[in-house]
Amino acid sequence: MADISNTFVGIKSPNPFWLASAPPTDKAYNVERAFEAGWGGVVWKTLGEEGPPIVNVNGPRYGAIWGADRRLLGLNNIELITDRDLYLNLREIKEVKAKWPDRAMIVSLMVPCEEQAWKGILPLVEETGADGIELNFGCPHGMSERGMGSAVGQVPEYIEMVTRWCKQTTRMPVIVKLTPNISDIRYPARAAKAGGADAVSLINTVSSIVSVNLDDFSPEPSIDGKGSHGGYCGPAVKPIALNMVAEISRDEETAGLPISGIGGITTWRDAAEFLALGAGNVQVCTAAMTYGFKIVEEMTAGLEAWMDSKGHKTLDDVIGRATPNVTDWQYLNLNFITKAKINQDTCIKCGRCHIACEDTSHQAITSMVDGARHFEVIDEECVGCNLCVNVCPVENCITMEQLPAGAVDTRTGKKVDKKYANWTEHPNNPSVVAAE
Amino acid sequence: MAASSNPKKLADGIVSGRLPKTALDENFTDVHPPLDPHEALVASDRCYFCYDAPCVTACPTAIDIPLFIRQISTGNTLGAAETIFDQNILGGMCARVCPTETLCEQACVREAAEGKPVTIGLLQRFATDEAMQQDVQFFERQKNTGKKIAVVGAGPAGLACAHRLALYGHDVTIYEARKKPGGLNEFGIATYKTVDDFAQHEVDYVTAIGGIDIRYASPLGKKLSLDKLRKEHDAVFLGMGLAGVNALGLKGATPQGVRDAVEFIAELRQAKNKGRIPIGRRVVVIGGGMTAVDCAVQAKLLGAEEVTICYRRGQKNMNASPYEQELATSHGVTIRDWVQPAKLKAKNGQLTGITLEYTRLEKKKLVGTGEKFSLEADQVFRAIGQTFGDNESVLEDELKLVGGHIATVDAQGQTSLPDVWAGGDCIADGEDLTVTAVAQGRDSAEAIHQKLMG
Ligand SMILES: Cc1cc2nc3c(=O)[nH]c(=O)nc-3n(C[C@H](O)[C@H](O)[C@H](O)COP(=O)(O)OP(=O)(O)OC[C@H]3O[C@@H](n4cnc5c(N)ncnc54)[C@H](O)[C@@H]3O)c2cc1C
Ligand SMILES: Cc1cc2nc3c(=O)[nH]c(=O)nc-3n(C[C@H](O)[C@H](O)[C@H](O)COP(=O)(O)O)c2cc1C
Ligand code: SF4
Ligand code: SF4
Ligand code: SF4
Repeated sequence: MADISNTFVGIKSPNPFWLASAPPTDKAYNVERAFEAGWGGVVWKTLGEEGPPIVNVNGPRYGAIWGADRRLLGLNNIELITDRDLYLNLREIKEVKAKWPDRAMIVSLMVPCEEQAWKGILPLVEETGADGIELNFGCPHGMSERGMGSAVGQVPEYIEMVTRWCKQTTRMPVIVKLTPNISDIRYPARAAKAGGADAVSLINTVSSIVSVNLDDFSPEPSIDGKGSHGGYCGPAVKPIALNMVAEISRDEETAGLPISGIGGITTWRDAAEFLALGAGNVQVCTAAMTYGFKIVEEMTAGLEAWMDSKGHKTLDDVIGRATPNVTDWQYLNLNFITKAKINQDTCIKCGRCHIACEDTSHQAITSMVDGARHFEVIDEECVGCNLCVNVCPVENCITMEQLPAGAVDTRTGKKVDKKYANWTEHPNNPSVVAAE
Repeated sequence: MAASSNPKKLADGIVSGRLPKTALDENFTDVHPPLDPHEALVASDRCYFCYDAPCVTACPTAIDIPLFIRQISTGNTLGAAETIFDQNILGGMCARVCPTETLCEQACVREAAEGKPVTIGLLQRFATDEAMQQDVQFFERQKNTGKKIAVVGAGPAGLACAHRLALYGHDVTIYEARKKPGGLNEFGIATYKTVDDFAQHEVDYVTAIGGIDIRYASPLGKKLSLDKLRKEHDAVFLGMGLAGVNALGLKGATPQGVRDAVEFIAELRQAKNKGRIPIGRRVVVIGGGMTAVDCAVQAKLLGAEEVTICYRRGQKNMNASPYEQELATSHGVTIRDWVQPAKLKAKNGQLTGITLEYTRLEKKKLVGTGEKFSLEADQVFRAIGQTFGDNESVLEDELKLVGGHIATVDAQGQTSLPDVWAGGDCIADGEDLTVTAVAQGRDSAEAIHQKLMG
């Protein structure tokens, strides 16, 4: 049986599944239920500085995007950091950690961008016995207008500065949570590393307007006819998060910096993908908020089963395995030539592949052959783009078949070269210097 | 309920009130309850929006099914209704009565994929119900053309034809033999397929376009000849259905207790109080079509104890689809195939049973094997097909008939006369389906319009 116990920046947990800092981790009641359900750790809902508690809106704070049968695909929120008293939270954190010593307890923090504010709160957290802290530089709404959250996360110099303050003050590992609302995620990650961060975690939510009410023209969720942008999360953001994790993981400057992967993780498979791209563990929010804490059972069991089936003994056998395979477009092998192939036995003749290719791509799929409804790839036209595979409603009905070396690509009339060749040496590339 | 509490429940003979009102009300509600909005969303989401969709090809009226389903899925239910009515103004009735399992849903690619087609009929009902409940009219009459057209029969064919002609600005007069419109929608379709007086609401909805005048109790016949109609109108459309029924063709006097299924169904449809309709304790239905199934099932719903459908060929040959056969058997009806009636048994002129003979195919011809058996029966229904009936003699000297139906010369229903078109059950190409009647009526209207306006 695969061992999925996890050590992340020295913090141990029985599995790599942590709950991300959010409503599921806002108080002892929820967190204890999560631990009972089997979660490996939690990042406590973000704490602010001492003083009158944060005020949330009193109307709806979520909006959503749904797929078939109202399956929730994307969630949007305008919630702020914890609205409970700082000392109440600290007391609960201490109690819960004492009761559940084998689970990871991380405390998320967001205070004004002043040295005293950060240095003041850290001893209070340390006193709870928590395993580490996460700096919330990601929240894209509300707090950012007050110069916190993503307002800090978007300025690499601030990240570095705040991280350094924290590292100077505390013995606890410091995880820097990054916002995706930035054009190149490598810069904030590098800044965090420069400031001495033990790890980064990402992504926080993506700035978003989830929908507009077409009766009263209010953005949703509507608060008295008005809406403000929120943070988007859930399955819809996973591809964005995966890319950002991969970017940091393969960046030479941040190579080796531990990453806690977050964003749309809903099943064991999602988690495994994050791990493969270099995440040392994962955090989950929306999936728990959609289905409750029990989903962690599916996640742990599924991860173990997959690892067993592949012979991976520990998480280290998995983490980062896909990272070397992420490359730049210019290094992709242009001699790798594929053609779509339709399995006529499983084709249900819906015609979607045909119309997609006919209307929007390369006119490479028939709709009629000898007067009968028949869908078949015309190799002479197929560029192997994969669109038909993606629109076909039948799994594995269309496959991409690689042309073997030596075969003739009937589209170009050229023989497939077995040699790897990429854009950097392609004759059409103006920057290739002619060899003379 | 214990038998003792209602002495009529198991009484021999043909009696009314076998079941209490509560049971009857329950029995005759919608067989397929409508989808609620969430169910409709889920169902619509299953549609793949196929290219050149096979379901459309399979629909006799060629409704743009992927488009209307997509409109439902995006919340544009009224738009969906418009898409449907555009091709089929009786889309509401068709949604209820079409044997979708042999039409659109059979062709649905998800039937091929997983044996579970998109529920096109129910979705069609969802959209059309919404529009009709809100009484939204999508079509506006075009400028009056001054042309007059006579339509004979206010059944599905006649109504569809009249609507399309009225849309183009022609003035339509429908001559209807009965006192009520709808044709078999009103008098034939099983009660549990069209509850709450839907057929009449639909006629109101269709005729609301204007320019359609229905004259009731005005049969084409002795007083009103086709010749006269032709003289007074620019064109005539015949949508008279099949008014007669086939006889059993048995020797001897017919005893009391033998009844025509279509007439029984019509009475049931018209009855305010179903408890007043007498039904036998042991009922035999002769036939293998939709009429036989509807008759048998409704006999059962009225409280008959034993109901048997007797069909002379194999169950596979039955005109009633496997799905409808299952509807019958799930209601406790027994289906016996390869048997034909040989003799009706009677006592004092009152039916007591029926003798049947086994049949088989011999050189592709159906023959009796000589071996016989009897079933006890206090009531026998004939459901062995309809005929043109009296209309045959009304028309035989005026235009060309073939095989007891009106002959047509093209796909749009032109008859042997240049200014007369026909469609629905009364033509030789009729398919005994509401939806085909609608398609043919509509197509004749297009042809008439073309001809008149050039
Ligand atoms: C019991 C039964 C159940 C059925 N169930 C289904 C079903 O579930 N689904 C389905 O798709 N189809 C079903 N059908 C078939 C369907 O009802 C018919 O195919 C359809 O109604 C044909 O339409 P029509 O307009 O051609 O004829 P009809 O509906 O028969 O209408 C003809 C109209 O013409 C009138 N008329 C007749 N003669 C004259 C005259 N001389 N002058 C003036 N008016 C005249 C009649 O009174 C009637 O109103 C069923 C049929 C029967 C009998
Ligand atoms: C309602 C809500 C409140 C959140 N509050 C916080 C917060 O206080 N601090 C924080 O760091 N992230 C917060 N997040 C972001 C989540 O921790 C997480 O980064 C994000 O939701 C992406 O993960 P997911 O796709 O699994 O939900 C919040 C998310 C939601 C939905
Ligand atoms: S989820 Fe709970 S708190 Fe939120 S609106 Fe519903 S009932 Fe109220
Ligand atoms: S999309 Fe798939 S199922 Fe549909 S026609 Fe093409 S190959 Fe067949
Ligand atoms: S065949 Fe089925 S899936 Fe395809 S368009 Fe028609 S209803 Fe939709």
